[in-house]
Amino acid sequence: MNLKSKTIEKIDKLVPRYPTMKSAALPLCHMVQEDQGYLSNEAVEWIADRLDLQPINILELVTFYPMLRTEPTGKYHVRVCRTLPCALAGAYQTCERLEKEFNCKVGHTSVDGSVTLNFVECHADCGKGPVVMVGEDEYTDIDPDKASELAAKIKNGEI
Amino acid sequence: MSTPQEHRLIFKHIDEPGYTNDIDCYLKHGGYEQLKKAVTMKPEDICADVLTSGVRGRGGAGFPAGMKWKFLDRKSGKPIYLVCNADESEPGTFKDRQIIHQDPHQLIEGMMCSAFAIQAKLAFIYIRGEFFQGYKILERAIEEAREKNLLGDNILGTGYSCDIIVHRGAGAYICGEETGLIESIEGNRANPRIKPPYFPAALGLYQCPTIVNNVETLCDVKHIIELGGQGFSEIGTPGNTGTRIWCVSGHVQKPGYYEFPCSAITLGELIYDICGGLKPGRKLKAVIPGGSSAKVLRADERFTGKLKDGTEFDWGIEDIPMDFDSLGLVGSMSGSGGVIVMDDSTDMVEALANINYFYAHESCGQCTPCREGVPWMRKVTQRMVDGEAREEDAQLLKDIADQIAGRTICAFGEAASWPVQSFIAKFNDEFVEKARTQAALRKEGKSTAEKTTLI
Repeated sequence: MNLKSKTIEKIDKLVPRYPTMKSAALPLCHMVQEDQGYLSNEAVEWIADRLDLQPINILELVTFYPMLRTEPTGKYHVRVCRTLPCALAGAYQTCERLEKEFNCKVGHTSVDGSVTLNFVECHADCGKGPVVMVGEDEYTDIDPDKASELAAKIKNGEI
Repeated sequence: MSTPQEHRLIFKHIDEPGYTNDIDCYLKHGGYEQLKKAVTMKPEDICADVLTSGVRGRGGAGFPAGMKWKFLDRKSGKPIYLVCNADESEPGTFKDRQIIHQDPHQLIEGMMCSAFAIQAKLAFIYIRGEFFQGYKILERAIEEAREKNLLGDNILGTGYSCDIIVHRGAGAYICGEETGLIESIEGNRANPRIKPPYFPAALGLYQCPTIVNNVETLCDVKHIIELGGQGFSEIGTPGNTGTRIWCVSGHVQKPGYYEFPCSAITLGELIYDICGGLKPGRKLKAVIPGGSSAKVLRADERFTGKLKDGTEFDWGIEDIPMDFDSLGLVGSMSGSGGVIVMDDSTDMVEALANINYFYAHESCGQCTPCREGVPWMRKVTQRMVDGEAREEDAQLLKDIADQIAGRTICAFGEAASWPVQSFIAKFNDEFVEKARTQAALRKEGKSTAEKTTLI
């Protein structure tokens, strides 16, 4: 495991703040995933070892929490909220447009590995639906035409 | 009649031009004065004020916060924990996001006032994983407050110490349930605990007495200290005190968040006067008034019954006062304040299929009726919109829902069943009609699969 020294520094600072080591399990999953892009078996074992836990204690979190993943995403991770308020605002039409733009079905990564397109559940910005996340950044009121503009920016590497 | 005016207490500075989320701006606007006042008070007096204020939990259940605090087991000798529930995951709700992004110090001040009142040893903010920016903003705000000795060791020289840890969730709705949230902080799957015995006030985080409150509720505590419990209780009506932030989404002209004293407006005023009504040519069809798990209200329903004081009421959907009790009286709830509006273009079977998809995705899987029943309901509504609806499906859905509600460890069973029960009770004809239309098409040898928009 080649974790960045900055990640290790953050981990070392965080763990002692918790009353129990195990409480740091989910935060460490986030930190290692952000460092590595996903949680490999090696990453799961590393986290377990760091917290004096068994790998199963980490794996049971990875398989429970939707944001934790065991495979890398494309360069851009595009997440479209599909929950009712966004759907009423046209989220499914937005996603259809993105599927066409990236030539990639929702739930998959494009052949060139540039984009992973996923449906996700409510992101708590329902007044500005449809909501689309690209990586950690949120884009709101994304109707199909704005989805095309967003896709163009991604394809041109502008975001 | 004039348009009701917003009364912004919690959202006073939200979207105010020039207002920034750093501590200097907050201090310039009188920030942390209530914490300075709080630490000169007796903790039990603050608790008494919160009880007097009548403030009810803003996260969904509407339980009086002062009562929750009163249940705290102070005799055990174990450390006490305070947890802020910032999981904000009920679809239709987006108020906590604004506080976290635009006014994080208001939350921190409210939390530190509350932590001092209950003499918490350590506090947590459980923030949903999708709030990447919000997490960074809170982390920075906490460091700013620490530098000014407003949290951490020996706060303001009082000898009282309490730190805040921001703990990120990872996309699981069930973490909004307070005992699931506690499990999640402990480093486990967020499987809710059974109550009794695991009431957080007695056996919460690390089996210690714990208070879990919503972001908005904790902000209210700051204002309770400013106004006094009595002063706060004069906002709104008895039993429905303080303000509420209504988050309106769906088919209105101006979706958004609007803060009013409890009972100050009706659902009709909120939709038509505040949110600009429906899109041109559209008519109101249904409203889910308190987040997606709240029971749906049909536009042409009449609601009759007796108020607490014995007076009779006879309301149309537009007449319902927006508060805890009134929305309860019409058979739904104010929940988390997420008002989802649907116009006459909405296919109710598709809308329910969308909701069922959400709850099936989010069941933690611990209790059999929920783990098996909720995905079953999703399958049925999915089949219906895919062109394979059966006339008996409405009854089947109702039967499944009836066997989930009340038979699970946590309230998720109800949250997933209420939409199904209410959609079937109020829009049964549409479910049956879908099956008949498809049967007729099948007879003619035509495809029954329609283009869907909501699923």
